[in-house]
Amino acid sequence: MELIVLAISCIFVNNILLAQFLGNCPFLGTSKKMETAIGMSMAVIFVLVMAGIITWVTEEYFLKQYGLQYLRTISFILVIAALVQFVEMFLKKSIPALYAGLGIFLPLITTNCAVMGVCLINIKEEYTFIEALVSSISYAVGFGLALVLFAGVRERILLARVPRPLQDTSIGLITAGMLALAFYAFKGMV
Amino acid sequence: MVEAILLMLGMGVVCGSILSIASKVFYVYEDPRIAEVEGVLAGANCGACGYAGCSAAAEAVVSGEDTAGVCVISGTEVAELVGGIMGLEVGVAEPLLSVNYCDGGSRADDKYYYSGIHTCAATESMYGGKRVCSVGCLGLGDCVKSCAFGAIEMGKNGYPEVKEGKCVGCGACETACPKDILKVRTMTERLLSFNKETDALAPCQQTCPAEIDISRYIDQIRTGDYEGAVNTIRERNPLLLSCGRVCPHPCEDMCRRGVEEDAVSINQLKRFAADYEMNSGKRFPISCAPDTGKKVAVVGGGPAGLSCAFFLRRIGHDVTIFDMMPKLGGMIRYGIPEYRLPKEVLEWEIEGITDLGIKVKSNVKLGHDFDISSLVAAEFDAVFLGIGAWKDYNLNIPGEDFKGCFTGIDFLTNFATYQQEEGLDPVFIGKKCVVIGGGNTAIDCVRTLVRLGAEEVSIVYRRTRNEMPANMVEIEAAEHEGINFYFLAAPTKVIGDDNGKATHLEYLKMELGEPDASGRRRPVAIDGSETLLEIDMIVTAIGQGPDIGFKTAEGKRIGELETTRWDTIDSVNPETLQTNIPYIFTGGDSATGASLVVEAIGGGRRAARSINQFLNGEKVINEENSLFKRNIPGTIFPSVDGLVGTTRATMPELDVDYRIKCFDEADLVITEETAKKESSRCLTCCRICYNKDKEKAA
Ligand SMILES: Cc1cc2nc3c(=O)[nH]c(=O)nc-3n(C[C@H](O)[C@H](O)[C@H](O)COP(=O)(O)OP(=O)(O)OC[C@H]3O[C@@H](n4cnc5c(N)ncnc54)[C@H](O)[C@@H]3O)c2cc1C
Ligand code: SF4
Repeated sequence: MELIVLAISCIFVNNILLAQFLGNCPFLGTSKKMETAIGMSMAVIFVLVMAGIITWVTEEYFLKQYGLQYLRTISFILVIAALVQFVEMFLKKSIPALYAGLGIFLPLITTNCAVMGVCLINIKEEYTFIEALVSSISYAVGFGLALVLFAGVRERILLARVPRPLQDTSIGLITAGMLALAFYAFKGMV
Repeated sequence: MVEAILLMLGMGVVCGSILSIASKVFYVYEDPRIAEVEGVLAGANCGACGYAGCSAAAEAVVSGEDTAGVCVISGTEVAELVGGIMGLEVGVAEPLLSVNYCDGGSRADDKYYYSGIHTCAATESMYGGKRVCSVGCLGLGDCVKSCAFGAIEMGKNGYPEVKEGKCVGCGACETACPKDILKVRTMTERLLSFNKETDALAPCQQTCPAEIDISRYIDQIRTGDYEGAVNTIRERNPLLLSCGRVCPHPCEDMCRRGVEEDAVSINQLKRFAADYEMNSGKRFPISCAPDTGKKVAVVGGGPAGLSCAFFLRRIGHDVTIFDMMPKLGGMIRYGIPEYRLPKEVLEWEIEGITDLGIKVKSNVKLGHDFDISSLVAAEFDAVFLGIGAWKDYNLNIPGEDFKGCFTGIDFLTNFATYQQEEGLDPVFIGKKCVVIGGGNTAIDCVRTLVRLGAEEVSIVYRRTRNEMPANMVEIEAAEHEGINFYFLAAPTKVIGDDNGKATHLEYLKMELGEPDASGRRRPVAIDGSETLLEIDMIVTAIGQGPDIGFKTAEGKRIGELETTRWDTIDSVNPETLQTNIPYIFTGGDSATGASLVVEAIGGGRRAARSINQFLNGEKVINEENSLFKRNIPGTIFPSVDGLVGTTRATMPELDVDYRIKCFDEADLVITEETAKKESSRCLTCCRICYNKDKEKAA
């Protein structure tokens, strides 16, 4: 039961994009086309789950063991970067279509604050391994949800008449703000 | 401390070895040239080339999708480096250039005074504009700021001017301009664009069938940039010397100054610019796009064919003109007489067009010497049919085959051929000649007959002077030259003598009755009013239609070509001029029926646009929001205030007594001084803003 509540709070209430405002560059960058948005969401889910596991293990079995928590940030960067590199190579070989769709955005995940943020939250909240796993998956799903919703809206905006100075990123940001307000309504839930 | 170092080292080693193993396992072969090409590209990842960043562009080059000149922001140096890597010749890509389509914005009054952010974008979104004119340039210079190359400057008249040498065609200004006034286009796109409802167009340009940017060239004449004026005209009309002489200028009927007083003498200004080039002794350069390797056959070398060939050649296609006559020009050579358009002038003009690399095969007739299937066999990718309207209509009255009866086109072409070729028998000229009809052909026949020494020359026309379709100046000139006019007279019979020679023309007098469907009052015959006119030569010039004899000559694919009941070639859409046989296009008189030179020139360019689409494998469609044969609503004013009454430049003419004895050109060109004065009468209208004389005086 607690895990379900945790999942819901991660997906909706504390949505990584719309409540915590982490990972906003892929949010704006890959949300113009539904196809890319879905690809990006998948990549983030994949990377985030892996990163969640690996950073939890790193923290629990290496950093904590030797009392080296002050190395947390730098060692997390190292493992996440290596992981993303790995995912990139894997995709290029096995799913070239997805690789082409994500284009220059895949390497962006390396420096993605959403990934780093979730890993740090997991540690800060002192989650157990299972909790960390659930939180990583849920945050990633929340990311995907927001991104896909947003891409849907943006595809519609393309057809609408937008005043020139507001076109493109500007209207994107305004829409993102409204989506965030909508997600704010989940606040009382958990 | 030691633990920290050990831990980081350990993690580094583990990550490193996993990655190196992975890179082995997941290795994908990638052309090493991609990385090399990417290395020399600008690296700005700006996306102006149309690819997602430099690496995508490099991939496109290596895969052969794009040329070495892919990077729009770096110059030839980079293109050469890329070419070196790829072992390619550097293709001379057509340069993109930014063009400002509004010249008049600053002339309009300001509508709002806004003290907020001074940018076009803000002003546009707040009020839709700052000027009275809601269409044109706002003059606040967002484009100037957007240009990273310093190619745009605010000109002294308050609208941006593009420096061609500096513009790289990156498109930043086009994005920055909230009014769609700055457009980045290749020459091909510019040459093939047509008036759109959303464009800023002066009434004259909206009306001109060739869609010449009239206010721009008039402005260039005013500032003394005659070469610029010629180039502006040539973007739409390759026959400027001819049009400058014979065009009945429908544009002047719509001239905004003409609402209150005399219209600007647009056509005389065109002739002035065109003559300036010819008299300067050199030809202004005409640029052509790189060769595309596509072959097009143009059948008929009249204005429509010449225009189509000119534009196709300029956008890089390989064009051959086939014509049944010995020389090119069509009706403007064999119909319009020497005194209106001297052959020497026409020769100079046509030479300039064919010199662009257009091949010409003359003395070959479609349906006799070659046919569509032989063109297909010779690997022509598309065919343009601009065969004009060369078959005279008959009156269908008794006695039309007596000796001394001729038809208009036959008479004029025979005489023109006689004038241009050696060793031909002279054409028959009567003493008392009558020409039947009220169009240009009829007037040209009578004016030619006068010059050939006929003693008495008359015109017989069914309706009145007001209904004559001929150009007004022509009618007036004929009156000055002593032609008799019989109006409201309908020929009924030709009477001949025993030798089969025509001696009299019988006609019925008419009166105007009820208006017909077209609103013109229909002439009705007065019973018993038969009148005889003594003559020895009759020329019937009551209209002509295309000669589509080649259609039946084959019975193959061409037999399916759809034609109308007037024998004109039908097109699927009058705006694309593609026929029901997809690779055949048409234009000019053969599509519209006997019409005007400018109309044929516009049609030729229209067809060139469609042919280009067809050759590129695109769908053949007309321009979106196109303004075809209509005006933008709300841009034609019923009255125009603030004009201070000026008079139009008069046309210098040869003295009547002298000119009727010879074929010297009757109309003369205006002087430079008059041209300057006349060009300053232009209001430089855009769509709605205009320059009031009062303001100028103040
Ligand atoms: C006497 C006269 C006076 C005119 N005066 C004016 C004027 O003052 N102002 C104005 O604007 N317009 C005037 N016009 C109209 C103008 O000349 C035409 O509208 C214009 O020339 C049409 O151009 P086109 O290219 O469609 O046809 P054309 O000029 O008729 O050219 C057709 C070409 O096709 C060739 N051709 C025809 N059949 C074949 C075939 N089977 N095989 C190969 N080649 C073929 C012909 O040799 C010719 O070169 C006048 C017309 C006439 C007859
Ligand atoms: S005033 Fe000049 S721009 Fe306006 S309609 Fe007349 S010629 Fe064209």
